[in-house]
Amino acid sequence: MDMEEFASGKSWVHNLDPRVKIVVTLVFSVVVALNNHIEMTAISLILPAFLLVCARLDFGKVTERLAIVNTFVLFLWLFLPFSAPGETVYSIGPLTIQREGIYQAFLITLKSNSIILMALALLGTSQIFTLVHAMSHLWVPDKLVHLFFFCFRYIHVINDEYHRLSNAMKMRGFKPKTNIRTYRAYSYLVGMLLIRSFNRSKRILQAMRCRGFKGKFYILHHYEMKRYDYAVGSSSLAFTILLMVAK
Amino acid sequence: MIQLRDIHFGYGSQLIFNGLNLSIEPGDRLGLLGSNGCGKTTLCHIIMGLLRPKSGEVRILGETRTTESDFAEIRGRIGFLFQDSDDQLFCPTVIEDVAFGPLNMGQSPEEAKKTVAGTLKSLKLSGFEDRITYKLSGGEKRLVSLATVLAMNPEFLILDEPTTGLDEKTTDRLIENLKESSLGYMIISHDRDFVKRTANKLIHIKEGQMRAANLDGLEM
Repeated sequence: MDMEEFASGKSWVHNLDPRVKIVVTLVFSVVVALNNHIEMTAISLILPAFLLVCARLDFGKVTERLAIVNTFVLFLWLFLPFSAPGETVYSIGPLTIQREGIYQAFLITLKSNSIILMALALLGTSQIFTLVHAMSHLWVPDKLVHLFFFCFRYIHVINDEYHRLSNAMKMRGFKPKTNIRTYRAYSYLVGMLLIRSFNRSKRILQAMRCRGFKGKFYILHHYEMKRYDYAVGSSSLAFTILLMVAK
Repeated sequence: MIQLRDIHFGYGSQLIFNGLNLSIEPGDRLGLLGSNGCGKTTLCHIIMGLLRPKSGEVRILGETRTTESDFAEIRGRIGFLFQDSDDQLFCPTVIEDVAFGPLNMGQSPEEAKKTVAGTLKSLKLSGFEDRITYKLSGGEKRLVSLATVLAMNPEFLILDEPTTGLDEKTTDRLIENLKESSLGYMIISHDRDFVKRTANKLIHIKEGQMRAANLDGLEM
């Protein structure tokens, strides 16, 4: 499980100040999500596409990530064209396909892909912890930042624990079936994971206290905005605002 | 340095310590042995103030310690290496994890970075600064954990099962590091060979009390 597979590359996109990345992604996402013009949404794709190319991310892996999002979008295509009111384009028996439905489904597809590509290009190219730091620099409440960070740090450990337990079950001949016994075994597994995670969190706190933790996190690296951070940040925001105004 | 007097402790109705006494002097290099569940880890947690005894006195660095703030003073001066390195290493990068203790003790980020560089160098871990902690191997994790403890410049070390899951080479490296330092320490271990090579005095817990021990006549 590698959640930071895009973060290790080297390009100016990777090196952007994480605060710029968060702010640009956030503003861009809101603007694109609220946009109802297909042309503008299509044009919005230019910015994430440009950043993706500059970040030199593996095209295949990006497509893989997009595929996950587009599975959800696929469901929209299954229902929306048939359910929106409006002019009928085509009918199959009792089902009718409406122009408005197709338009909506297409708009949503463009929007979601544009936002995801932006997140991949900017947020995906930073280590999660850099983003966490940036969040605390952007006045996100400490508790939220710590929650986010500890979730990320220990999800690997819990994932390993899950695999250990589930392998141990397999080694003893467990084959999941659709019956009560299987559900019970899985509920034990989940329950055990919860208890173990809880105990681990206690041990982590103990270890932190042993190293002088008194409830406050100190930040080791401070960021400095460089000239190109300002340049990229402001031009991306300008592009985004243009999208909003141009419609 | 560390004195425990007449410590009683138990989990629920299960009694672990029944009038335990222990005295540790600054330069001591102790090996603590004992069967599973006899309370070795519990003992360390009592010394570090993570658990409080039902009765008895805990004296550390010349003062009786009873409250959380009493113990907060000694943490850092007594370094404690946890059994599971994943509990100890919680920051994403090595440099941040090793700097965590020094920053808590009031060092500035610049001072902390120097401390980190020095500590890593002394453990021959230079160049590990930007490695991701959860991607380290088991042995590397243990050595980095040791670095996080040593970075606080402790006066005494307590190591809870430091060789669990380590291969011979890493164990040798750990022994070398311990021998090179001038610190006193107490090691909990089941690894007789490791204890033999690192400790100059052995103790073990039996029936809730502390006994002197030797490697040959020991019940484990």
